[in-house]
Amino acid sequence: MEAIFIIATGALVAMTCALLGSFLLLRKMAMLGDAISHAVLPGIVLAFMISGSRDNFSMLIGASLAGLLVTLLIELLHKKIHLQEDASIGISFTWLFAIGVILISAYTEQVDLDQDCVLYGEIAYVPFDLIYFSGGELFFPRATIISGLLFLLTLGFVLVAYKGLKITSFNSDYAKSLGISTLAWHLVFMSMVSITTVLSFEIVGAILIVALLVVPPATAYLLTKRLKQMLLLALIFALLSAIGGYYLAVLLDASIAGAMVSLAGFFFLLALIFSRLRSRSLKVDAYLNE
Amino acid sequence: MNDVWAFFSFSDPTVRIVSLGTVFLAMSASVVGTFAFLRKRALVGDAIAHAILPGIAIAFMLSGTKNPVVLMMGALISGWLATWAMEYITEKTKLSNDTAVALVLSVFFGIGIMLLTHIQHSGSGNQSGLDQYLFGKAAGMTEQDLWTYSVVAVLLLTVVLSLYKELKVYSFNPDFAAVSGLPVKAIRRILNLVTVLAIAIGIQSVGVVLMAALLITPAAAARAWTSSLKIMLILAALIGGISGLSGSLISYLSPAMPTGPWIVMTLSIITLLSLFFAPKRGALSRLLKQRRHSQKILNENLLKVFYKLSVERKLEQVGLSVDQLQAERAINKSDFAAAIRRLKRKNWLLAEGEKLKLSSIGLVEAKRVVRLHRLWEMYLSQRLNLKEDHIHPNAESMEHIISPELEALLLKELDFPTQDPHNSPIPYAN
Repeated sequence: MEAIFIIATGALVAMTCALLGSFLLLRKMAMLGDAISHAVLPGIVLAFMISGSRDNFSMLIGASLAGLLVTLLIELLHKKIHLQEDASIGISFTWLFAIGVILISAYTEQVDLDQDCVLYGEIAYVPFDLIYFSGGELFFPRATIISGLLFLLTLGFVLVAYKGLKITSFNSDYAKSLGISTLAWHLVFMSMVSITTVLSFEIVGAILIVALLVVPPATAYLLTKRLKQMLLLALIFALLSAIGGYYLAVLLDASIAGAMVSLAGFFFLLALIFSRLRSRSLKVDAYLNE
Repeated sequence: MNDVWAFFSFSDPTVRIVSLGTVFLAMSASVVGTFAFLRKRALVGDAIAHAILPGIAIAFMLSGTKNPVVLMMGALISGWLATWAMEYITEKTKLSNDTAVALVLSVFFGIGIMLLTHIQHSGSGNQSGLDQYLFGKAAGMTEQDLWTYSVVAVLLLTVVLSLYKELKVYSFNPDFAAVSGLPVKAIRRILNLVTVLAIAIGIQSVGVVLMAALLITPAAAARAWTSSLKIMLILAALIGGISGLSGSLISYLSPAMPTGPWIVMTLSIITLLSLFFAPKRGALSRLLKQRRHSQKILNENLLKVFYKLSVERKLEQVGLSVDQLQAERAINKSDFAAAIRRLKRKNWLLAEGEKLKLSSIGLVEAKRVVRLHRLWEMYLSQRLNLKEDHIHPNAESMEHIISPELEALLLKELDFPTQDPHNSPIPYAN
């Protein structure tokens, strides 16, 4: 039973990330996920210090504010101060992360929070935090419920907003010329990414969120040119990584989240080899036809 | 205060080792980071720092020791592999560079976490301390570490000095470097190698995440102050060194404080201040420059209005009221009042009661602007064969930019015309 809960939670988080990550990749913002996931640290610590409790709601608010802050800081450095984009990202999130670590060190007595749990979370603890339904007969882990709701929300968002997301991701200039507010789409999309990052970091850890956002979509991207197929393939790879990763972790007695990412990386490697072979054989065909 | 003196006397051997060590580390990282910054590959350092983890874990699993040299070899190999993977993915697939960076970063790190937890759970007892590579621990520096850092720093300096020209050309324009016959691949390999080296020695002290800051942030600060690579390298190293020193000072004064994050904190503050306040390239000086330009444009536009009304409509003797001027050109009220104040201060305008007049030097200046406008219209219509109704908007912006040298050329080219394409006279100074 515990295994099912862990796999279900991991798969739900991974599939949510796969959907959003596909658009993140198409928008060439892959590193922004990395930046947000690091920068939420000071927000979480401050929320924890102010509210004095580890309840989810205040942490969510703190983390969302910090996530918003880092995107604004990157925009400010890049657009207003004309610093190149990669450096703007690098400076912003490392600075906020350093502030977070300093806050943790300064208030170690008050703050029962360590960097480890924020950075790589522990999906193995999922089955211990249960919520009971209908008088205690039916129960689910809290994390599974949260990630399930998050997945449904994201799936609904992508289905409803599919056209707008597609057009603003592929060609924002064209979208603008059609009178679509690309800024509004950007903000809505980034809030979805922030919410997902913040809600999932407790489950799989901040850094491994980045992997789930990037790796399955990149794998799918190598195999197809159609957005619908890409989304579907990304979902499949996310699901396979979550299931296989759990058993790999059990086999090695290692971090489940780490194993899920390693497996996702393995799938990417296979896709890479496959796409290289295919492009080579296409070249050979073209040569023979000439 | 006494504590500060105690720190800077460096009589405590631990202080000496830790502060010197962090300074060497930060300076090495700043120098290699400058090249990464110029190649617009600043985040590659972040990826390499994360990618070192599996190398350290595998080196430990294979050797069973925590010998720093063995672990360093593992770190170098996996860092090198990650660099290669990022370049391969960027070059050979349709994935963009930032996706390749994020991908390699997270996959290597995931594998690293998996192996590290595997080692910790298998618990042979001597594995503790491996996680210092994750978060860094500057206070644990030994004399041996210090020696390693100084050797690496000297090595880096030698590489940079002896290959300065090649690195410079390659960083600014790799295509040009390749066309000029430079061994681009070899240069890239050497640059990658020193970058991996600087990161591998650094993460022990500042940790995986903050290592990226040590590479990127000093370069960004230095870039705000200078356009010369030499000065930029020296400045970046200085800023890195100062931050390293202040990080260890803070951690010495208040032992609960971690060194690495405070190095990054100092670095970030120096960098933000530089980005805002540096002369020429800073945000503030750019803002001031923009303001000066828009004021100049406003002044000159106002002078044109004066010229039109007073000379061409012969209202010179009566003087002009503010209402008359505003009716002629739509400028918002406060800007308008400010421009009039500025022109009065320059003595280009004279006030007679409520009315305003151009002074003689104001008239010269007004004639200049009108002349430039009409000369440019002349040029556009005669040399570029543009229709008369298309030339005015372009001349509206060019009149503020044309330099005296360009004016002389235009006059010569057009042979001192007396009328513009709309048959208005072109005014000359005398």
